[in-house]
Amino acid sequence: MSTTPAKPKFQLKMGMATREAYGQALAELGRSNPNVVALDADLMKSTFAAKFAKEFPDRFWSTGIAEANMVSIACGLAMCGKIPFASSFAVFIMDKGYDQLRVGAAYPKVNAKFVGSHSGISIGEDGPSQMSVEDLALACGLAGFVVLAPSDEFCTRALVHRMAEHIGPCYMRTGRPKTAILYGPEDTFEIGKAKVHGDGRDLAIIACGNEVAYALQAQAELEEEGIHARVLDMHTIKPIDEAAIAAAAKECGAIVTAEEHLLDGGLGSQVARAVTRSTPVPMEFVGIQNTYAESATPDQLMEKYGLTTPYIVKAAKAVLKRK
Amino acid sequence: MPFTHIDSIDALKPICRKLRIEIIKMIGASGSGHPGGSLSEVELLTALYFAVLRHDPKNHAWADRDRFILSKGHGCPALYAVMAETGYIAHDVLGTLRKLGSPLQGHPDKRFFPALEANTGSLGQGISLGIGCALAAKLDKKDFHTFVMIGDGEIQEGQNWEAAMFASYHKVDNLTVIVDYNKLQLDGFLKDILDIKPLKEKFEAFGWNTVEIDGHDLAQVVPALKNARANTSGKPTCIIANTIKGKGVSFMENSPEWHGVAPKPDQVAAAVAELEAQEVK
Repeated sequence: MSTTPAKPKFQLKMGMATREAYGQALAELGRSNPNVVALDADLMKSTFAAKFAKEFPDRFWSTGIAEANMVSIACGLAMCGKIPFASSFAVFIMDKGYDQLRVGAAYPKVNAKFVGSHSGISIGEDGPSQMSVEDLALACGLAGFVVLAPSDEFCTRALVHRMAEHIGPCYMRTGRPKTAILYGPEDTFEIGKAKVHGDGRDLAIIACGNEVAYALQAQAELEEEGIHARVLDMHTIKPIDEAAIAAAAKECGAIVTAEEHLLDGGLGSQVARAVTRSTPVPMEFVGIQNTYAESATPDQLMEKYGLTTPYIVKAAKAVLKRK
Repeated sequence: MPFTHIDSIDALKPICRKLRIEIIKMIGASGSGHPGGSLSEVELLTALYFAVLRHDPKNHAWADRDRFILSKGHGCPALYAVMAETGYIAHDVLGTLRKLGSPLQGHPDKRFFPALEANTGSLGQGISLGIGCALAAKLDKKDFHTFVMIGDGEIQEGQNWEAAMFASYHKVDNLTVIVDYNKLQLDGFLKDILDIKPLKEKFEAFGWNTVEIDGHDLAQVVPALKNARANTSGKPTCIIANTIKGKGVSFMENSPEWHGVAPKPDQVAAAVAELEAQEVK
């Protein structure tokens, strides 16, 4: 394991955290759609729901530290025609609200939206009790849910609007740290349609959330060595873009997935299923391996738990050997 | 057209007896289900659907209808029976309870029966769902009322108390919770498992209007529900309805064995005969 990762050849410009972009988009929705309401469970300053709460106090409720109650109240609001956005840390809304999400939202197909911030391990110092490394797997286990893991502020903002337009339950994970800017205001995003970066045919790197920026840096580093990779920003984990995955498998013949999530049941699992159903090709998986993280700076954790650019490069080279 | 209420208590009594017979027959026919907690709800549901709720069985999606959520979803045979009696479904549909393709699922499921308000069956969620409905009513300046029926054993679920705190703090007074307080749960008597006493004091401490009634005495049930529906005190209402699990069928009354077991054909016949012989007064 390399302890001093190689400096990438290009630096992406840093923008706001995806959680902050969520707060902005939610406030935008509040202005354009009077049926949009919001709830939070005593973390609105962290999830950025506070922006909506300040602007629309009559359409916002804090449930206090009571996530199960929050999820079910959101479902009740949706049953009566509102479009509720309920937020907390990913680990709390998903893990503490799971039965409520299942029986109250998924099974009756209620039109409610759930957003978990502070996903993954890049929250840093607060440690594993606050880190969600399983929310994507749990969300994918809710039949009929749309599951989103946006990569930057523009992607997040667009997908928050798509969530509001979509009729049915949705989950989005957002992150704590500032993220690289990968897109611009002109870019469009659709639920279930991956954003493809480049047309390399040696391998495809399929990533979501914060890992997309690392994947793009890996793409640049591999290019220096004459390895042509394409990167798929798989911002929708479910329904996954099977067509883009099938094309990547067929045209590249090797796939690496990268996610800030346990390797059990997240992006890699979903991609693997799509690959095996279309064109089985060798795959490698970058993600958290059957463990919980610890307290440290976000950068230290991403490095220690194998989620940074060098690990994606290493996985790319490993998968190419198996091609 | 909104459902025309029946104002006479005496006219509601034979309906209760009829519903009890339907409940026994439908659970008997399905071979599984929960008779005890269905029979304890009968007067409460009859009063709601025939004398209190603003609803229209021919237009279940009416935006101004009162909402009723059966949080104790296993008690749905009684709900199905009263919905058949008020015209939401034909009576012969009751015979399809729990069978493949039936609108009458083992626990309420609005995918199959859209006139139901909520999917329930995992206990503890109904009050929170009802709060959501009640908040939506306030936002839209609508005057519909939301009623939620919970079981007494169900109160052991912590989410009820999260919801109870929220509803009083946020002055959700267009919400009424009815506790079917039959003193029994699946494994036995509440007092032997995890007692919830003193229940009235608990809800009072949580900031609710509370009223305790005999849940089988329609002369108490109807006014309690009507008062709750008219409540504008700023506090939500909790009606603690003392009931008897298995009410009306002597061999089922107060018996933990009849929580979730269907009567066999001879038991159905005995129960129906007993109910038919009862004087309605």
